[in-house]
Amino acid sequence: MKKKLAFAAALLAASVLGGMANAKTLVYCSEASPANFDPGTTTGGNDFDASSRTVYSRLVEFKHGGTEVEPGLADKWEISDDGLVYTFHLHPGVKFQTTDYFKPTRDLNADDVVFSFDRQFNKANPWNGDKYLPNLTWDYYTGMDMPKYVAKWEKVDDLTVKLTLTEPNAPMLANLGMDFASIVSKEYAEQLEKSGKMADFSTKPIGTGPFQFVDYQLDSVIRYAAHPDYFKGKEKIDDLVFAITPDATARIQKVLAGECDIAPYPNPADIGTIKANQDVTLMDQAGLNIGYMSYNTTIPPLDKPEVRHALNQAIDREALIKSLFQDAGATPAENLIPPTMWSWDKDVKADAYDPDAAKKVLSAAGLTEIQLWASDRVRPYNPNFQRAAELIQADWAKVGVKAEIVNYEWTKYRSEGKKKDRPGAFQIGWTGDNGDPDNFFATLFACSAIGVSNYSSWCDKDFEDLIQKAKKTSDQAERTKLYEQAQVVFQKQAPAFLLAHSQVYAVVRKNVSGFMMDPLGIHRFDGVDKAE
Amino acid sequence: MLKYILHRIALLIPTLVGITICAFAFVRLLPGDPILAMAGEHGVAPARYEELKEQFGYNLPIWQQYARYVGEVVTGDFGVSISSKRPVMEEFKILFPATMELSFFAMIFAMVLGIPAGIFAAVKRGSWFDQSLMGTALVGYSMPIFWWGLLLIIFFSGYLGWTPVSGRIGLQFFFKPITGFMTIDTLLYGKWDAFRSALSHLVLPAIVLGTIPLAVIARQTRSAMLEVLGEDYVRTARAKGLSPSRVIGLHALRNALIPVVTTIGLQVGTLLAGAILTETIFAWPGIGKWMVDSIFKRDYVVVQSGLLLIALIVMAVNLIVDVLYAVINPRIRAS
Repeated sequence: MKKKLAFAAALLAASVLGGMANAKTLVYCSEASPANFDPGTTTGGNDFDASSRTVYSRLVEFKHGGTEVEPGLADKWEISDDGLVYTFHLHPGVKFQTTDYFKPTRDLNADDVVFSFDRQFNKANPWNGDKYLPNLTWDYYTGMDMPKYVAKWEKVDDLTVKLTLTEPNAPMLANLGMDFASIVSKEYAEQLEKSGKMADFSTKPIGTGPFQFVDYQLDSVIRYAAHPDYFKGKEKIDDLVFAITPDATARIQKVLAGECDIAPYPNPADIGTIKANQDVTLMDQAGLNIGYMSYNTTIPPLDKPEVRHALNQAIDREALIKSLFQDAGATPAENLIPPTMWSWDKDVKADAYDPDAAKKVLSAAGLTEIQLWASDRVRPYNPNFQRAAELIQADWAKVGVKAEIVNYEWTKYRSEGKKKDRPGAFQIGWTGDNGDPDNFFATLFACSAIGVSNYSSWCDKDFEDLIQKAKKTSDQAERTKLYEQAQVVFQKQAPAFLLAHSQVYAVVRKNVSGFMMDPLGIHRFDGVDKAE
Repeated sequence: MLKYILHRIALLIPTLVGITICAFAFVRLLPGDPILAMAGEHGVAPARYEELKEQFGYNLPIWQQYARYVGEVVTGDFGVSISSKRPVMEEFKILFPATMELSFFAMIFAMVLGIPAGIFAAVKRGSWFDQSLMGTALVGYSMPIFWWGLLLIIFFSGYLGWTPVSGRIGLQFFFKPITGFMTIDTLLYGKWDAFRSALSHLVLPAIVLGTIPLAVIARQTRSAMLEVLGEDYVRTARAKGLSPSRVIGLHALRNALIPVVTTIGLQVGTLLAGAILTETIFAWPGIGKWMVDSIFKRDYVVVQSGLLLIALIVMAVNLIVDVLYAVINPRIRAS
């Protein structure tokens, strides 16, 4: 019987396939298999590409190709004057996807929104724990400090949702555009709960996004079809296929051979070949990351800004970046935040290379020895800490500072490095989450982050006032001004040496239009078209 | 015979215990803390850390953790993947046919070329063919799989466009798997073009995966053949005036093949090890690629159980080879 059923399913699939011949199919060679299709439970960029950015939508969305927040499922929202209450007005008539495993009977409403968040923190919700999936950790919900800031979610009426915060937190809006904040169907969840197939929620997703899930062959191929009732209009491509191809060289060969249309993350060594090819375009952008080196600003003589500036000036940054990133290239960091992020201040410049000036300051300050920390891990913002340490060591030697390289394995490295009294210069970096400047400034250099992720143990009153004020202000223009000032203070105080924002690449065939690099590191296929 | 088989199985028990210890220790010996490693860039709050430690059982004394682990394995519970939250065994069952299929074709490739090449080299011992064949075999044996795979892709798929770059079948073919073996399923559905597509996708990965076994089989066949060709009964056969092809094909080859069969069986371990790299390069959805992905995702449950399952398969195949060897060679049983 089972075999017969399988055969019937296959015939059906084959007939669907027959129709596919005329359909417009876009093939994306993704870099890894998704862990599952529930974006609340996963953390990888490839997980999100396959679930939240294809199948789901959120209350607010990031502008395609940018980090600004724009309306999503919520057409508009109001924020109370005290910054504590957010009222979202949902777009009317938003349809969930209809598939062979779920037929929605109603449109999206406030219950779905409340459920989507409630399941991530409310232990009494059956979807919060083992009943749904074993060992659930809801990493992003906790990682973005949502339990600390969210007091409650409430349904006002079918199309209105109210979010109350415990304290003003302007980056909240950007958090709601993140993948973990994808809106799921409460009706679908209830149906699965009743039938005892709760785990299907993570393998057969239902959302309101541009594409609906069709099939996933483990570790091999994911198939989607355009969602015919998508509330922003049906997509131009009919079928979207993810061909999972982990090897970077094979991925690029597939694009060159026309077996796929778009592929991310080429090998630096292949960039020359790609550029020379007539059929494909190499797209690039500074990633939402920063590689830097934190000085412990509490231990003399590193407590003096001029000494920190001098150490920065002694490093030949251009040569360093070239040697580290090679053909892949990287954007030298002028600021802590990358240029793709809103509020980036173009007038602020990092210290220029000037070993002579550095030497004078450093010998006057009596700095002759320093610890320079390096780890074994390859990070997007720094492919080789050890090599970087050796080059910086050589540069500093030229100005009379002898650097001793300290090595640890990655987890130990970070736990030692974040200690308040850790001496010297510590290489580290950050990859942003939600495109909000707070996610860089406050996470990495707030006074409260000392001992956690403020590796400089730097607590500057002016800087702290500015970023805390910006966190509590909801007006983006106002916030931009505050962050610009914060960047000026940061430059003046130089708590760290800023290295670079690594470059992110994608290879796209020339007949594909509408694909954009995204500073958040995600790959979106809404708005993409393909000429036959 | 039964006594012999039971004896062989009993011998496997210490090996099994050793493997569980290795798989268990492997995760604990990795530098750093598994929970911190899983937490990624954000790190994890101390309270949450303790909670997770308890959840994964890392707070128990090490021997208790081991006892718990063995208890689970014995009852067939291989755990649940940390990243996908699916039972490890369920994923293994879906992915294993792909590895089997690839290994099967790799072995066919290795045998079809390796055995005749070995025989020919033995017969023409010392000739330029023998020497160049043995030289090539050495190169094949030392070939880095990763480099070899990419080289073939760039030349045959990229430059000549003869074979697809990677994957198991053309993306236009879409059906529910029945056996999990693409070549069989396409035939069951009666789709010839899909069958051809599946075969064309097998060519390069099977060559890459079969290269090392090919070299080993060719060398083994040659040396076994040389040994047999010097035996008295071969000389007798020749003296009786039998044609050289009959002497080699009938009298020598049958006896020379005994050690070759063993070698082929033992290559299963090589194939599974090679599958890790081959599958990653060719985006082949098998257990090798699954292991690599899991290492990158720090999914220690999958790595631990995957290692154990692969080890079990290698052991089972070795057992079968031992038994088969005893069947073809009665002297083994007696000793």
